[in-house]
Amino acid sequence: MNVASTAAAPAVTVAHTGVSAEGLPEKIGIHNLEFFYGESRALKGINLSLYANKTTAFIGPSGCGKSTLLRILNRMYDLYPGQRATGEVLFDGENLLDSRVDINLLRARIGMVFQKPTPFPMSIYENIAFGIRLYERLPKSEIDGRVESALRRAALWDEVKDKLGASGLGLSGGQQQRLCIARTVAVKPEVILFDEPCSALDPISTAKIEELIDELKQDYTIVIVTHNMQQAARVSDFTTFMYLGELIEFGPTATVFTTPRDKRTQAYITGRFG
Amino acid sequence: MSEVALSDTTMAASTSRSRAQVLKRLRSSDIYFRQLTRLSVLLVLGLLSGVILALVIGSIPALKTFGFSFVYTEVWNPVSEQFGALAPVYGTLVTSAIAMVIAVPVGLMVAFFLTELCPMVLRRPIAIAIELLAGIPSIIYGIWGLFIFAPFLQKNVQPFLIDTFDGVPGLQSLFAGPPYGIGMLTAGFILAIMVLPFITAISRDVFDAVPPVLKEATYGLGCTTWEVFKHVILPFTRVGVIGGVMLALGRALGETMAVTFVIGNAHTVSASILQPGTTISASIANEFTEAVGDLYTSSLIALGLILFVITFIVLAIARYMLLRLQQQGR
Amino acid sequence: MANSRQNNLYASRRLRNMLAKSLAYGATAFGLGWLVLILGVLLIHGIGGLSLAVFTENTPPPGSDGGLLNAIVGSIMMTLLAIAIGTPIGILAGTYMAEYGRHDKLAMIVRFINDILLSAPSIVIGLFIYEVLVAPMGHFSGFAGSVSLAVIVIPVVVRTTEDMLKLVPDTLREAAASIGLPRSMMIQRIAYRAARAGIVTGILLAIARVSGETAPLLFTALNNQFFSVNMNAPMPSLPVVIFQFALSPYEEWQSLAWTGALLITFTVLGLSIVARSLTARKS
Repeated sequence: MNVASTAAAPAVTVAHTGVSAEGLPEKIGIHNLEFFYGESRALKGINLSLYANKTTAFIGPSGCGKSTLLRILNRMYDLYPGQRATGEVLFDGENLLDSRVDINLLRARIGMVFQKPTPFPMSIYENIAFGIRLYERLPKSEIDGRVESALRRAALWDEVKDKLGASGLGLSGGQQQRLCIARTVAVKPEVILFDEPCSALDPISTAKIEELIDELKQDYTIVIVTHNMQQAARVSDFTTFMYLGELIEFGPTATVFTTPRDKRTQAYITGRFG
Repeated sequence: MSEVALSDTTMAASTSRSRAQVLKRLRSSDIYFRQLTRLSVLLVLGLLSGVILALVIGSIPALKTFGFSFVYTEVWNPVSEQFGALAPVYGTLVTSAIAMVIAVPVGLMVAFFLTELCPMVLRRPIAIAIELLAGIPSIIYGIWGLFIFAPFLQKNVQPFLIDTFDGVPGLQSLFAGPPYGIGMLTAGFILAIMVLPFITAISRDVFDAVPPVLKEATYGLGCTTWEVFKHVILPFTRVGVIGGVMLALGRALGETMAVTFVIGNAHTVSASILQPGTTISASIANEFTEAVGDLYTSSLIALGLILFVITFIVLAIARYMLLRLQQQGR
Repeated sequence: MANSRQNNLYASRRLRNMLAKSLAYGATAFGLGWLVLILGVLLIHGIGGLSLAVFTENTPPPGSDGGLLNAIVGSIMMTLLAIAIGTPIGILAGTYMAEYGRHDKLAMIVRFINDILLSAPSIVIGLFIYEVLVAPMGHFSGFAGSVSLAVIVIPVVVRTTEDMLKLVPDTLREAAASIGLPRSMMIQRIAYRAARAGIVTGILLAIARVSGETAPLLFTALNNQFFSVNMNAPMPSLPVVIFQFALSPYEEWQSLAWTGALLITFTVLGLSIVARSLTARKS
């Protein structure tokens, strides 16, 4: 892990030009974000940069708002009345909170993998082809190729290549989750959000998926929510610690874990609470 | 992996553009579908309003002619065109009351059996069997009642009832008169068999929802099965049970074919439940196609309106009770 | 002293328990007994008349032999049309209530109204259709009969569709949304597919319910002695024919009534059992 300049690097970069003080291109810039469930405020004044082709982890105790924050990035909260966000979330310079944004298009560019594997009630092949066919009219041979490359990307091809017509629901938990990753990748997003992707899986599947995330970073910007600190340390370049709806600390993972600046971060990381 | 070289921004931009076009095209069908579902929902709303409206409009001639006295007049004379709803309303209420008196205790006891006493293996088959009773079309109950049950009652049960209560003050008039076989008791009894499954099904659901800890605590005190049922299960599920009973009552009130065959179709109000009578639905079923003259038709429709109002109120209460049940989380 | 009083108390409690248990067993035997009795009688009286003629000949004039062909065909036609009209409306309305309007007031009101319609007396539905279709048209018709049956189909399908769609987990919907799927496509391609078995069950139950309905047909489709496929004229149906024949004094007619009753009952019960096994297997 690259430790950025040890000079007092600010925990937050407020850079409207899209390039942080650390010289990395910013893919998503969050400014003064607040989030409300009805009347109650769940996120307070969040300012954060998510850098392109890097993995950023959100950690914090239960209820701190990390999943809430993640789900704002692809406007998932829009499905539920009574939930709203204020502030700015700049995605390649455009505010994705704006009501004029085409939400479906946004979600094609920012994909999500959920905590519980949710394959569609279709065959393995269809699960992936479905998303492709939504946007492109391609001959079957090309779709076959795209399905195969998505499954290879998700390290699932060898295990399912002989049973592409079988139902997605017949796979094991770890395989289903990799199928969901393949499905997300097939739609060619630019950012992939992972919401505690391994919490329902056994250690071996978890290790496979962590490997996958490491590879995917080369082509996508990754954001991962996890309650497993060791996972965050293993997998991410940058870490964000949240507590009670506020962003407490943000920085390169090595820094946050070895020399955290806030007392609360320190306490969480050493297991004093959580 | 050439198609995955997404960090190339120009590639991303063109993909975005073509995707934007696809999604734009899909947007109108998205809105169209949503409006279609909304329309269907409004149609359902319209159906009920339509029913009420049609009944009211159709009843107007009768109600204008007879006024409110329509409800308590017994006379029903197509020739002199004098109509009164008393006999049908009375019959509807009495047969339903008889049905409830029989079906409620029996239905609750069957539910008690199925949830507490029945061996697990038999539970499903017996439950399905009881529910099949609800699936049998009402006209089947009708012909069964007319050809099998009524003659049986006439020969074996009714004479016994008449003799037993002969001379007993009060009850004598309840069980008086020649044994016709058909009549209000017969109709009420058949209704009881028809609505029994409804009471059992809903009661079973609410009984099963009683938290096991409550039952275990009571058993732990040394209570018998019956005592647990009487003191814990029944009070806990009171609201749901009443809701189920109201639902069954709503069914009984509106039942047509089963009753038409065995009620006797006499527009009279008798004290004895062994006598023939009529119910609202039986009157309509028997007379509507032969009704000559606007007043006759309108009177029958007015009967329908009364029936609808009664069932609406009963069903609304049932729904309200079952809603309260859900909100309490039971 | 106290001991014997306690013993008495305990004894009477045990007695009451025994009594209650016997009553419970008795009640169940009572219920099951009637089922056996009714189905048994149906078999005894109906099977005798079951022959090929029932399915090939039309309803006879009083006093002669015949079959139930026109009634069976009429029933099938009206049921199919009723399902064709009622199912789409029912599924779409149920979809609104489970997907778009889950918490809004309109859905709440319609849910209440739907439940009223579900248990409303079917003869009142017949009156309604008489007023809005038969009277203006000036004549009875199979079409009016189908529409009145459709009004009975709709609440059943609305209820099961809503219940089944609500069982589809939200995470599946979110997964569909996360690849940019528009709402309507998510419902049609994902939610319907996931709830497929339950929705089909609802349709089967609606068919079962409608197959046995007599009252709404009495003054909409009326009846027809002859074979007819004309939806714009009175149409024969099995339940109405049974009604007419059973109440008549003619033996041949009564025998046909029993046979018809047998046919309807076992069709309806068969459908109910198939519908039940569809959802049972899923859970």
